[in-house]
Amino acid sequence: MTGLKREGDPVRRLEALRGTTPPRPHDARAIAALAANPGCARRALMDGAGIDKDAAARHLGFPAPFGQSPFAITRGNMFEALVKADGCAELLRMLRELLDLPVEEVAYHDVENVGAHLRHTHTRSLLDHAARSTTAAEPVSAATFYDHPLLSLSIAGHTAYLEPDLVAFQLGGRFHVVEVKSFSVIDGQADPAAVAAAARQAAVYVLAMRTTLEELGHDPGLVSHDVVLVCPENFANRPVATLVDVRKQLAVLRRQLTRMTTLDRLLDALPDDLTFDLRPDDDGRPTRPVAELADALSRTTARYAPDCLSTCDMCFFCRDEARQEGASDLLGRQVRDELGGVASVAEALGLADGTRTPAEGQEEIARLLRNAERLRRECLT
Amino acid sequence: MSLLTSLARLRALDEGIAQPVATVRHCHLSRRPMVFIPLKLSGEAAAPLAAMLGTDRDDPRLLVVAQPRNRDLRFAWAAELAGVLLPYVEALTVDTETVERKNADPYERAVDAPQLVVPNQGGVAFTALLGRSTRFRRADGPYPVPGSVPLLGRWLTYFAERAAYPGSSIMLAATEELGRHWASGQSSLEDANLAALMSWITTGPSDEAEDPLVWPPAGPATDPGFDAEVLAPAIESGSAERVAEALRTQLEPTWRLVWQAIDLLAALPEGASVAQRWEQDRGSFSGMAAHVAEGAPPQARRDGAVAAAARLARMERAQAAYDVQRAYDDPMVMAEYRLTGEAFAGEVVETDPENTEGEGRSRKLRPLVVVKTDDPVRLPQGTSLGTPQRRGQGAVLVAADEGLITVKITKGMGRGKTAAPGSVPEVGERVCYTSLTDDFQGSATLPEAEATPWTHGGPPRGYTPDDEDAQEEWS
Repeated sequence: MTGLKREGDPVRRLEALRGTTPPRPHDARAIAALAANPGCARRALMDGAGIDKDAAARHLGFPAPFGQSPFAITRGNMFEALVKADGCAELLRMLRELLDLPVEEVAYHDVENVGAHLRHTHTRSLLDHAARSTTAAEPVSAATFYDHPLLSLSIAGHTAYLEPDLVAFQLGGRFHVVEVKSFSVIDGQADPAAVAAAARQAAVYVLAMRTTLEELGHDPGLVSHDVVLVCPENFANRPVATLVDVRKQLAVLRRQLTRMTTLDRLLDALPDDLTFDLRPDDDGRPTRPVAELADALSRTTARYAPDCLSTCDMCFFCRDEARQEGASDLLGRQVRDELGGVASVAEALGLADGTRTPAEGQEEIARLLRNAERLRRECLT
Repeated sequence: MSLLTSLARLRALDEGIAQPVATVRHCHLSRRPMVFIPLKLSGEAAAPLAAMLGTDRDDPRLLVVAQPRNRDLRFAWAAELAGVLLPYVEALTVDTETVERKNADPYERAVDAPQLVVPNQGGVAFTALLGRSTRFRRADGPYPVPGSVPLLGRWLTYFAERAAYPGSSIMLAATEELGRHWASGQSSLEDANLAALMSWITTGPSDEAEDPLVWPPAGPATDPGFDAEVLAPAIESGSAERVAEALRTQLEPTWRLVWQAIDLLAALPEGASVAQRWEQDRGSFSGMAAHVAEGAPPQARRDGAVAAAARLARMERAQAAYDVQRAYDDPMVMAEYRLTGEAFAGEVVETDPENTEGEGRSRKLRPLVVVKTDDPVRLPQGTSLGTPQRRGQGAVLVAADEGLITVKITKGMGRGKTAAPGSVPEVGERVCYTSLTDDFQGSATLPEAEATPWTHGGPPRGYTPDDEDAQEEWS
């Protein structure tokens, strides 16, 4: 790598990628999803540059298939309000039972009351203070809830601020992340996919809090890997709290984040004048010609998988691209794994028909495909 | 999914139309299926919003909760649902046949059983939740509901439990059954969308299938855009008709699709073992009906340790039998096993129908058959084999050499000195042999529930209905 291309400082390069479009902050959901598909350079760059992927996809004519019903939003808000009512009184009751706490009273800090630009520093100082109080070995019986803290996490060498969607509970310098979710736990069981998503998100918060404490010179272990998941119980609105161990998710997240190709390297491979700017007009409406934007995006490699359909705003755009390329990724990871490295549909079918000679290393899969093709034909005639 | 299905998916993608992965139908189709399309209120665990159901495709019943947050309306809806479903179920309990059993008393089995068809897995899950939220209610006591509601809950629970039972056709999810018979050119994740899967099978892929304005989601969740722009204002307006009409627009397209899916499946010839599995379904249905008639308590929230182990063992056996039966019924399914070397097919090139083993009184007839095959056989000598061509027959693999497999028939060729006519394949016949056999497997011996060991939580507490169950919130 020569020094020439590295002159441009990555932050400025990322800003250029975003252009005049206002940045969009990361939330834990985005980071958890990012870790789910770490090989996608397009996504890494767009997220790294803080690009509003939803707006971009919409402008490209491939709006994301996500929307939230007003009923679901109302219910979610109602439930959260119920849990947090009266300075989290209900939450305290549950935590007392769940963690067997000798706590009678609890302080409540809503960090959101502080101005937006100060929230992060304020969160840091609150965490610092809380962690310090234990090292001073004073008998701390005072518990504290921190609502809406603003945390930061370094993603691929860049700081991402986490849209707050949690309560952090502190007792005796030990922190627990509390996540309030509105999916129901019925007879002690909840939708496994929903729980898994919640655990992945919570892991992002735990990691962010641990990093912050570490930066402040405290023991990161002060943040418990047991997160408190608060959900409605059965068919009612009554909340129930459960401890979820996120050690596994933490390990995965940490590994994915370190493994994630650093943005600097990705940036180096891009033409200098490349930008994903939507060129919004005064009303925020994108004015950039769609073909131009699509062309710019196609300079970055996406790694489409059908799982993207439930996590990434760009999914329909990338799926369309995969269709045009005839990529076997379209059919899902299982099919791709089964094909063992044959990337395109035409190639796989050619090997099956025997019209294409297998490249080196493809002999085994070609033999299997030819056999499968012979059997299919035999059954269909 | 196997390489064979993957290949079919690739082919489908290339040709722009779904490809068959079965040559026969593996599910039973009732003459009068009850199609049931439930919708729920977004964000709630099990708040019903509407359902379209019925046995006549030209005459669907639409049941709507005009104010989904009103508990009384919700129970009234459940009672209405019971008013349609229970007569359908109860009518089928009337006609029975007496089944004789070895070493046990004969029992009565219904000659036909109900069949509930929902659009997708979500429909099954929601049916289970509806069952769970209604079966513990009571018609008397402090929080009375219409008497049919708890009964409905027990039947819905039964239906959902059968849906999870391998090979059962009491409750079918359209997308699941279609996916068992056709491979589309999209991922299995996208196959969960009934409209998309149907268009792959019938006309080829269409982007319209994912447009909620053209094809509303098949439920139980509704389209968020519809919720915001149509449903919320309609509910707000307080007009029950407006809500009903709005929901009708969301349900009718799916209604037509589910019937179309049934037609597609009906056009396939029925697999040979389907009737046998349906017989088990009928037996299970009669068992449930008897259970209800005896006044037994509703299904438990969670199985006790013994009940759970027994259920798991039952389902494992059913799964194994289902896999074997499908392979025997359908050469396309058998092809999967041929690909992995667990089965082989080919032409008979040589036979020795009079081959015997042993001397004197212990002399036994053991006809030999040599099969020429192109399949990669990976079976060791001495493997017991079965064959779809002669189901009662048992055989053993004697030798495998360069595509020539020698098989010794050990069972099912008659007791005479020479093999029964037709029991030994002729030279030139195409045959298939496999190590898969549907041998009866005894169930593991489990203790009585009362004797559950302490390691498994001890004997489960018996269920006593209480007011707390009956008054459980449903908000």
